[in-house]
Formats: sequence, structure tokens, C-alpha cells
Amino acid sequence: MTDPVNNKPRRRFLGGTGAGAALLAIAPGVKLVDLALARDEDEPASAETRWGLLVDANRCATDCRACVSACEDEHALAKTGRKPLDPQWIRKVELVDESSDRSVSLPLMCQHCEDPPCVDVCPTGASFRRADGIVLVDKHTCIGCRYCMMACPFNARSFVHEDVTGQKSYSPRGKGTVESCTLCVHRVDQDRTPACVESCAVDGGGALAFGDLSDAESTVSKTVRSQPHRGLRPDLELNTGVRYRGV
Amino acid sequence: MTHRFVIGSLMIVSLTASSIADVTMPSYPKGKGERCVEPTDIMRRDHFEYLMHHRKISVHLGVRSKRHSLVGCVDCHASQADNGAYIPVNAPGQFCSSCHTYTAVKIDCFSCHAAVPDDVEKQ
Repeated sequence: MTDPVNNKPRRRFLGGTGAGAALLAIAPGVKLVDLALARDEDEPASAETRWGLLVDANRCATDCRACVSACEDEHALAKTGRKPLDPQWIRKVELVDESSDRSVSLPLMCQHCEDPPCVDVCPTGASFRRADGIVLVDKHTCIGCRYCMMACPFNARSFVHEDVTGQKSYSPRGKGTVESCTLCVHRVDQDRTPACVESCAVDGGGALAFGDLSDAESTVSKTVRSQPHRGLRPDLELNTGVRYRGV
Repeated sequence: MTHRFVIGSLMIVSLTASSIADVTMPSYPKGKGERCVEPTDIMRRDHFEYLMHHRKISVHLGVRSKRHSLVGCVDCHASQADNGAYIPVNAPGQFCSSCHTYTAVKIDCFSCHAAVPDDVEKQ
């Protein structure tokens, strides 16, 4: 069976272990544990998962910055005092259709492409795509050349120009390296949702949904399969993990 | 010739002995808990090997085991001041810096990684 989202063979539910599913299911459709998310801490990220975000721009208010603030808090992205140098993992973008003057507000972050240009151009292998589709920078090997920043069609990456203090233990950041949205990989590895998604549901319009695009049972996957949506810059055929509705 | 060699050797031996006696061995705060994740002599020699291995599997593969994680090191080895505030492990005289100063090996970890446990930073 081929997955229409990934164009790759799709995982079979529970890897074909029907006995496990029977044990964990109380009744059809009712599960004690969401098996799509359960992963042991010693277990590596699986290529059978494709993490993705679905942004519903119709529910994203122009003046709302809940996701941006949540990201800054979560990763201790302190202001530098000089705006061009400030880290920016998510930014709010206004799109205006000139013919109708219809305006749409949307959050723009790393799109977690399946074929990321940043990974293609990285000379050290620091930019990489994890098995489960999350695009990251290994700052241990990043030399700060910023080729990836030039290659990214979404302008989603930032460079750390100055010494950083007050980092969170789960989100190391330092001078001379490039950084971008990690899809809150530290949370994802603990079966939690990214900070922006959590805050959008509470303080925002509930415009963000996170889930496994490869799992036919996930809400994101069901919506992507049944509702109109698009990835940004579809002409580049990057197969982005972040999808937009109402754009 | 032999005579000179013997005198020279004696001088070197006496110099070495006196310089060892003058050097203060590093002292550092004791970590939390009864023992480290590996025997102390192994950690002294090979802690960077464990950290290097763990960084590869955690960053690239997403393995989040805590046994050899740098966050685990900081959690146990950061000591607290009298007012309860944590002191960075790379501050002078603290766990990491005391030996690294002694051996003149620069630590790069904490230009990016937090040198104090998380929960206290929020306070």
C-alpha cells in the first residue's frame, strides 16, 4: 500500500502484530494507548512516522501571536536588542490577494520538507532530516556557513550571532550555529505536542494541529486526506510536512 | 660522560618530584546520589566518549535514554549555593571546570548547553 502523503510504502498498523492491538483495544475504535505515538525512550525515531503540522489559516487571527510567544518561551529565544539579529523560529505572515484585497494571516516556520534544500547544500552534514521527517541542525557539526539559510525557500532559519545564556536543557543554542523550528522534537519524543500547537489551542484560535501524516488514523492525516489544503511553494515539490488550509 | 648523565638524571628526578609536590590536585563538589552511571575511574578517562556517543544517537536518531545524557550529568553534578540557587557546573571550582582547568582542556559543551538544571532557571 502506498501512502499518498509520503509516496512511500505505508506502515501497517502495529507492524502487523494484531495480538498487541487486540490487547490494547477495549472495543473497536476505542484504544487505551495511542499506538501511533507510543515510543520507548531507547528506541530510535521510526521512518514509518511522518510528523506534520496542519495550519488552518481561517482560524488564525491577524493580531494573534500566541504561537510565536510560546515558541520563544519554550526555547528561551531571548531578544538580542537588535531586531535583525533576533532569533525567529516562527513568524506571522500576512498574505494579501491583490485582486480581491482578501488578507490571510498565517504562521510560517520550518516546513520540514521531505526533500529539504537546506540538507542538500549543507557541507558538513549538520542539516539533516530525521527518520520521522523532522528537519534539524546538529549544532555539534554546524560551522555557521549559512548556506542552508540561503537555500531555504521559506526563510525559516536564523543564525545565532552572539553568545547565548539561559538556554533550556532540552533546547541547546549557541553562537555561530544556525537554528530553526525543531517541531519541538524534545516534546515529540515524549509523546507531547509542540509548544505552538498547545498554546494555539488555549490562547489562539485552535488553528494548529499536529500529528502523524503516515498514520491513516491520525486527525491530521484524516483532514489532509479529506479536506482541501496545500503545502507552500508546491512548485518546488519539496513535499512539506507543514500543510495549510485557507491559503 | 657517565658522571654528567647521572647528575643530569638526578636533577630531573628531583625537579619532577618537587613540582608534583607543589601542584594542588583538583577538588570539586560531590555529586548527588550514591554513585555515577559508570565506575568513577572509567568516567574520569572516558566521559567524553559516552557523551559523544550519546549526542550522536540522541540528535540524529532520537534516542532519549537518560543514562549518558549531558542533562543527566548537570542534574547530578550542579551544586547549590547557600541561597539554593544552582551554580553552573563550568563555573570556577565546580565539577567540570576544576579538572578541566587542571588538565588545561577547554570545555565547549556549555556555550550551547545549559550548565544548571532546568527547574531552577524558571524560578
